This record gives sequence, structure tokens and C-alpha cells, in this order.
Amino acid sequence: MELTSQLANQSFPTLPTYDFAASLEQTEAQSAVRQTVGNPFLDNPRMTCRDVAVFYGEKQAIRHINIDVGCNEVLAMIGPSGCGKSTLLRCLNRMNDTVPGCRVEGEIRLDGENIYDPSVDVVPLRARVGMVFQKPNPFPKSIFDNVAYGPKIHGFTTDKAELADIVETSLIKAGLWEEVKDRLQEPGTGLSGGQQQRLCIARAIAVSPEVILMDEPCSALDPIATAKIEELIAELREQFSIVIVTHAMQQASRVSQRTAYFHLGDLIEVGPTERIFTNPRHRLTEDYITGRFG
Amino acid sequence: MATENKQTMKPFSVHMNKDLQRRYRAEKRFQRCGIAAIAIALSFLALLFASIIGSGYTAFRQTFIELDVHFSEDLFKDENLAAADYAGLIKQALRTAFPEVKERRALKSLYMLVSPGAAFSLQDMVKEDSRLIGSRQKIWVPANDDVDMLIKGQMKATEAEADRRLKDDQLGWIGQLEKDGKLETRFNTTFFTSGDSREPELAGIWGAVKGSFYSLLITLLLSFPIGVAAAVYLEEFAPKNFWTDIIEVNINNLAAVPSIIFGLLGLAIFINFWGLPRSTPLVGGLVLTLMTLPVIIIAGRASLKSVPPSIREAALGIGASKMQMVTHHVLPLAMPGMLTGAIIGMARALGDTAPLLMIGMVAFIVDIPGGFTDSATALPVQIYLWADSSERAFTEKTSAAIMVLLAFLICMNAAAVIMRKKFETKW
Repeated sequence: MELTSQLANQSFPTLPTYDFAASLEQTEAQSAVRQTVGNPFLDNPRMTCRDVAVFYGEKQAIRHINIDVGCNEVLAMIGPSGCGKSTLLRCLNRMNDTVPGCRVEGEIRLDGENIYDPSVDVVPLRARVGMVFQKPNPFPKSIFDNVAYGPKIHGFTTDKAELADIVETSLIKAGLWEEVKDRLQEPGTGLSGGQQQRLCIARAIAVSPEVILMDEPCSALDPIATAKIEELIAELREQFSIVIVTHAMQQASRVSQRTAYFHLGDLIEVGPTERIFTNPRHRLTEDYITGRFG
Repeated sequence: MATENKQTMKPFSVHMNKDLQRRYRAEKRFQRCGIAAIAIALSFLALLFASIIGSGYTAFRQTFIELDVHFSEDLFKDENLAAADYAGLIKQALRTAFPEVKERRALKSLYMLVSPGAAFSLQDMVKEDSRLIGSRQKIWVPANDDVDMLIKGQMKATEAEADRRLKDDQLGWIGQLEKDGKLETRFNTTFFTSGDSREPELAGIWGAVKGSFYSLLITLLLSFPIGVAAAVYLEEFAPKNFWTDIIEVNINNLAAVPSIIFGLLGLAIFINFWGLPRSTPLVGGLVLTLMTLPVIIIAGRASLKSVPPSIREAALGIGASKMQMVTHHVLPLAMPGMLTGAIIGMARALGDTAPLLMIGMVAFIVDIPGGFTDSATALPVQIYLWADSSERAFTEKTSAAIMVLLAFLICMNAAAVIMRKKFETKW
């Protein structure tokens, strides 16, 4: 099977398989870890999550999840509220570090390097794994400064012309350049919601990340702005890996190549988007995408 | 079906209507209560201002008497100009003005018309220009405070002679001076340029203003940086554990501690233990710093808390370090609130008397302080001292000093508003 060859290539000492009897025995209060349907592993992944479990204090938010993020793909994470998809997303660039009482177990690797290793510095990590949030959150500064901030703090360039160049390319990539090129000095907070979100995307790509995490990037936007962002995601895929959490199933089916369905902290099913939406194998997945709950 | 529906709907809507009107009435009542509260507060404020200004505005004018002084050379034989008998010059001038007064007791009450400070102003004039010696000059000298009170109408000439401090003969001389145009009221520059004095006509607030200024400078320089640093650390960096909880509770308690306790602490530590000089702006500033710090820390933390978390996430999300997140984004957004808190704390420090009493800034100090370690008093303490003085003329000085203090407070609050507007980030 693809899975075994994959794991043989990588240096994972233990196979992430679950002994159902053992996990049942483990706790009575906690229900058994559900086996993932479909193959969560890829041949040439950008990021790998192995046996990832996240706790908020005593409460376990996600349980022993294995999933890969491929290069130049859009991975959509769907599932009902509280299923742990946002939690997992925020583990990928260690944004969960800022949450008091949050504890991450397991291994998350970016290009083979464990990002939870004590020697890893989160600052460059977050430059490599950018993030776009649910609510557009531009800095209360000018449009130019919003985009230029990342390159500035990471010391990409000290040259003004070069910096202006980075800002321009980022805004072009984010599809915002034409709309703002004449008012770069105006505050970023004065833009419309959709423009603000594209500004945030431009800000994230200005530091040339490898992966962009998007946490429901369109939930605060109207349909037209949403369509623009979706178009943008399709274009950005050529350059970046994108992980998107979304509540809108149509959105997942439109923008993603692979879809992962989460349920109460478990990864239930993962597979090519088309297959998940046309032929879900797990009952829970089917119930969710057909709208029976969630 | 439809008619049935209507019938059930009707009583409901009637009920609803009644209920609505009741709600509107309640809202109106509430609004009227609010307006009444504001009106009461404003009228108290107006009363306060009216009473202070009413009893204090006269202090800004001062009565002066014109004397024909002859700087006779005989008096300035000594090389040392300060050794000359300037008081004698004044007395001589008064005798020349009223040649008919001969008797010793009458002369004494004649001399009482002029302030003892007049001799000093003559001395200053001679010091400035020694060519005056040998000449005859018409000089305006400050009148004594009793004369001043009479001219300002605060002492009634109609009262029985035994009840007033100016006797009938003195009233006669004053009347004559007035008739000759040798008596007038002028703007009281002394009040704004000199230090404290036992003589009301010579007392001024400049010493207290400078004492307050030096104290507040120390308070600002210490409490703002320390307060902001503490607030930022506690809010942004400190782990949330038992110890930070204890610290937080204690800071909140400190903000509620009566200020005289801080005075006692200052006395025990700064003066008795460290041996810093007493009654100085240095110690006053340190004590006021202790008092202001909790206010600034609490205001600072509140304004840091009000910075939306999305900004922090945005900064961290593109790889800013925690320090960069704080200095580039959080602090600029929290700054207006922090400045407001600092200025409110400083205004409280400016108006606080009790801690300064404990560290000796209540002493009677005539000299204007020239630095942080000179003995000094402060504005509120000066008000306290004058309010305690028996001379009638100090009443108006007290009110005038309160006006000056209020003016400073209004300026500081205006500065707070302006700074908040200036630093406020447009969203």
C-alpha cells in the first residue's frame, strides 16, 4: 500500500495505527479514537502531522491525528463547530503557543523538520507558515506599511525601492494592486471587508511563506468578495501550499483538491475533494455533507 | 381560520400596545432622572466656582501707596548698600507726607499703613541703580494688608472702632491719600512672583508652584516609565500564576490606600532610612510616585486589555516576536489610554496634600526653591497653610491659590484630551 511505502521512506519509528481494544481500555469516559477513513498520507508532503493530540488544560481538543499537507495543493478542513479543525490549523504554525494551558503532543514536521522541537524558533516558523484569520485584521496603518511590515521585521531588505517592489508584487499576487495602487498611504482599515482580507493575504505572502493557513477567511465577507478570495486561492496554489478551514462546503468543493472531515476531535475521513463530496465512505461524513447535522 | 386568527391577535396587540407605552414612559422617567443628576452635579460645580472666584478674585489686585522718598546721602555712608536703614527712609517719607503727626503712638500707627516689604523694594531699587542716592523719587510701595482690605471693601469703615484693625486716625490718613491720588490698586504681580510670607501683601505662590513643578517632574519621570513597564510586563509577558495574582491584588489595593500612608512610608524610608533631605521636592516626588504608580499601572493594563486580540494575532501570525508585537502594535494602540491614566494620576498627585505634610513640605518656606533638593512647599500645601492663617487678607489669597491650582488641573486634563486625540489611531 501507498501508506507503508510512504512511512518506510520517512523516519517514523512507530506506525500510527490504533489498537482499538487498547484505546477502549484506555479510558472509559473517553470514547474510542475513530479510525480515519481514506489515506491521509502523501508521497511528497510539505507538512506532516503524526499522532497529533491537543489539550486545552484537561480537555482534549483533538486526538491522534495523522494528516499530510502536500505541495501546491489546497487542503480543506471541514466539520461541525468544535471538531478541532481550527485547533489543528493553529498548531501548524504554533499559534496555539499563545493560548494559555494549551498542550500539543505528537509531531508536526515542515519539510522534515519537527516544528515542536525545542530548538525551533517560532518567529521564522511563522514566516514560513503564514496565516490569514477569520476576521480581516489589517494593522491600523497604511496599506503600504501593512504589507511591508513582515519583510521589514524579517530583514528581507533595507532598500526602499526593493521594499516597494515586494509590496507591489504581494499586492498584485493578492489581486489588490489595481484597486489600491493610488492610495498606498491610506489606512488599511479604510478598505472594504473583502479588500481588507486580500490585504491580509498580501501581508502573509509578502514574507514568501511555504504554507498559508486560512481560518475561515470568507466567513465575514459577502458573496462577491468571497468569490474573489476563492479565485485568489486557486491562483496562489501554484506557488504555496494552502490549508483552509471552512464551514461552507461549497467553498471546500470549489477551492480544494483534498478535503478532510473532522468530528469531535477525530479525523474521520480524508481524500480527494471530488470523491469526498460525491462518494463519502464514512457515515458521519455523509451525514455532514448532506446537511443532516452540523 | 383567518377570522379566528384575527380575533386571537387583537387582544395580544392591545396588550402589546399598553406594554409599549409603559416601556416608553419608563424610558422617559429614566432620562429625566439622568438629566436631573447632571443638573445637580453642574449646579454644585457652579456653586463651587462662584464661591471660590467670588472670594478670591480680589487677590489679583493689590493696593499701593505713593511716597515721596528722599534717598539722602547721609544714610548711605556705609559701603555696604544693604546696611542702610531703608525702613527709616519709608518712615521719613511718611512723616513728610503727614507733617502734622508728631506723637509717638500716632507715628507708629502711621507707619503701619505701609507694608514692611516696602523697605525691601527700596533696597532692591538702590541695588539696581545706585544713582538714586541723593535724589528724590516718587515711589509706589505696597500698602499694608489692612489698608488693602479696607480699599477692597472687605473691612467696613462703618464698624465700631474697637472692632476694626484700622483706627479712626488711620482711616483719616487713608482718606487723605486717596483724595491726593496717592493710593491706587494695581495688578498684584507679587502674588505670582514671590514665595510665602507672614505678610499677606507680600505672600505669593511662585515658591509653591515651583515646588509642585519639581515634585511632579520627579513623579512623572519615575512613575510613567515604571508604570508602563510594569503594566506591559504584567499584561503581555507575565505567566498567569499565583504570584502574578498576588501582585495584581496588591496593586489594586495600593490604589485604594489613603495617601497619608504613603507619606508615612516616605518619611520612614526616604528620609529616616535613606537620609534624603526633608521638605524637598525630591522626597515629595518620590512619595507622589508611590501614590501614582498603581493608578498608572491599572490604567495601563486596562488600555492594553482593550487592544483587540486580532491585532496581536496578526502580528504574531506573520512572525513578529512578542516584543515586536508589543512595541510595534499593542503599545501604540494602548498609548492614548495610558497617557490619560498617567495624566489623571498626575493631576491627583498635584492636588494631594496629606503625604506632603508627613515629609515636611508643610514648613513655612519663604525662599523660592531652585532645585530638587531645596526646601519647598507645594500648591495644595500652600493653600492649606494660608487657610490656616489668621490674617483676613489670607482668605482671598487662599481662594486665589485654589484658582491657580484649578487652572493647572484644567490645563493638565486638557492636555490629556489633546494627547488622546493626537495619538488615537484611526480605525
